[in-house]
Amino acid sequence: MKVSLFITCIVDQFYPEVGLAMSNLLTRLGVEISFNSEQTCCGQPAFNTGYGREARSVAEQMLKVFASELESVDYVVAPSGSCVTMVKKYYPELFADDAELKTQSEFVGSRLYELSQFLVDVLAVEDVGAAFQGRVTYHDSCHLLRELGLSRPPRKLINAVKGVEFVELDDADVCCGFGGTFSVKHPEISSAIAAEKIACIERSKADAVVACDSSCLMQMGGMLSRKGSAVRTLHLAELLAGQDMNNQDLK
Amino acid sequence: MTVESQVQPERFVEDSRRALTNPLLQRALSIATVKATSARYEAVTHVGVANWEQLRERAHTIKKHTIENLDFYLEQFAANVERHGGKVHWANTAADACKYVVELAQRRGIGEIVKSKSMMTEEIGLNEALEHAGINPVETDLGEYIVQLANERPSHINMPAIHKTRSDVADLFAEKLGVERTEEIPEMTALARRILRARFAEAQMGVTGVNYAVADTGTIVLVENEGNIRLTTSLPRIHVAIMGIEKVVPSLRDVGVFMQLLSRSASGQKMCSYVSFLTGARSSTNDEAPDEFHVVLVDNGRVEMLADEQLRESLYCIRCGACLNVCPVYRKIGGHAYGWVYPGPIGAVLTPQMIGLERATSQPFASSLCGACGDVCPVKIKLPDMLLHLRQRIKENGHAKAENGHLLERLSFRLWAMAMRSPRRYRVIARLGRIVQGVTGLRVPQWSNTRDLPPLARRSFREQWRQRPH
Repeated sequence: MKVSLFITCIVDQFYPEVGLAMSNLLTRLGVEISFNSEQTCCGQPAFNTGYGREARSVAEQMLKVFASELESVDYVVAPSGSCVTMVKKYYPELFADDAELKTQSEFVGSRLYELSQFLVDVLAVEDVGAAFQGRVTYHDSCHLLRELGLSRPPRKLINAVKGVEFVELDDADVCCGFGGTFSVKHPEISSAIAAEKIACIERSKADAVVACDSSCLMQMGGMLSRKGSAVRTLHLAELLAGQDMNNQDLK
Repeated sequence: MTVESQVQPERFVEDSRRALTNPLLQRALSIATVKATSARYEAVTHVGVANWEQLRERAHTIKKHTIENLDFYLEQFAANVERHGGKVHWANTAADACKYVVELAQRRGIGEIVKSKSMMTEEIGLNEALEHAGINPVETDLGEYIVQLANERPSHINMPAIHKTRSDVADLFAEKLGVERTEEIPEMTALARRILRARFAEAQMGVTGVNYAVADTGTIVLVENEGNIRLTTSLPRIHVAIMGIEKVVPSLRDVGVFMQLLSRSASGQKMCSYVSFLTGARSSTNDEAPDEFHVVLVDNGRVEMLADEQLRESLYCIRCGACLNVCPVYRKIGGHAYGWVYPGPIGAVLTPQMIGLERATSQPFASSLCGACGDVCPVKIKLPDMLLHLRQRIKENGHAKAENGHLLERLSFRLWAMAMRSPRRYRVIARLGRIVQGVTGLRVPQWSNTRDLPPLARRSFREQWRQRPH
């Protein structure tokens, strides 16, 4: 089984440890992984802010990279529900005016998986041999939940981690308030929404909040750390890559 | 379009900021929206998710068919209304619709009218038009009565006074009605009822909106919990029903589909307490109808929306308010901040279309695109996609020119695209970013005012991948 990594720009630049965790995890599960360094960004920031032309020009580059990768690999896997949604749902729209690019985007979309879905639906695995000591809660990222329909796979994976005490977050499916450029265009509203999420996290008494999207983790983590909270944010990939019951292999 | 003094969508940023710093509003919003969404969720669970999804799909299909054949169904509806002795007035603009109602009241020598809650009458600014002509409009829905007394606008599609606490209302009644202050809800309700009953008894004209206009019978359907619509439409001798042209449905059977969706979506009720099916004016075969029955069909920009393939679906809305209740933004800023009649996600889609894109450039962007609205919409309007379309139009058609920072943003995204299109430029920008970070630190004040920003990783993933043992 060969997989090409769609690492996402936010992981590449801000959270490389998430990419490394995903790499280690997939390798441990027997997947042969590759990384094409011509990849940059899926274009979502521009697209969501209304700059369709700019988004399309960037998306074309991504399409080229992954269409080429799929000539030698079986799947493309990304540690993000929102980036996967951008490609699967919006690329065919972006390229509606070009039959070849549209077909190519539909093809790439059909082989593209978000990490939790890849593990549970393609590799058919729930227990990845991970270990983590502590109380863990989970935040449903909006695109992952509502566009990709993925609510159970991440929970199955988290519950199978040895040592984890899983607790459901109140309003787990309510937005964290990031929303891309919304977080800086309407920062007060974004922060007010985040504050509600943080209150739920604190009520859960979890040691860590897990999510499948680094954008949500940046928002929640940014608020938690500003509050001086001891609650840590973990990407699902990091939780699943960890095998040390003392959590020493997590940064 | 509507009375200018009340239209302030340009003030979204200031008004939303102010709303966030109002703890009483925050509390009121939280209580009401949580109650409504939990009740809705329970009602949907009770119906069964599969059944519910089938109902939504059916409703969407009926709306799609009707909207795409609107001219046919409107003409059929109008013909049937007239066949049953009603009068139909086709109003192109809000002013036109108001003029019809005002002139009718004047011709009949009417000095006061009673009205039920109707977002359409808010949209056209009917109360102001009537007052301007010396005619007194009395709101009979309790929530609307409260906001009327307070000289405010409703802040929610179904719960007009959601922004008011019990204490606010107690103060208001004591001040405006000259009674002893009480916070007991049964007492406050009884007081409003006494006052309104007297107005019902004397009113010569009742004005309502329309929930569904049934084309094949000329019947209008109205739903309510308080009974004020029953009184508004049966005591006065004249009934005027004002509706957007998109309210028509082909047949009574179709109404059945929407009835299963509307109340559950709005408040978790299986059905509203009173449902009125009203057809025509008094006749030998129908002695319960009022002497006169008028229907005002309002365009006010809807025909333009109809022609817009990307945004046409926003005409499917049955005004249930579910999208407001579930919206994380609405829950924090309330309805007034949106600056016009319709708040929340549907408001963010309707306001730019009806008031003008250049006047409502903030609303489509004031969303995290979480999609909760699209999930709960009983007629499956793709609200998040519409917000995206509006954003594109605002940015690419230059509507946001006047906005501060717009040129800088446009330039930034052009440069961003140039960098992201090329792996080499991407790497150069990434390196530059780290240099800047090392020297001055990366600052994004809009973020860092309330949240910590993580630094760019010392070594990016792609740099570390290169060193990975293969």
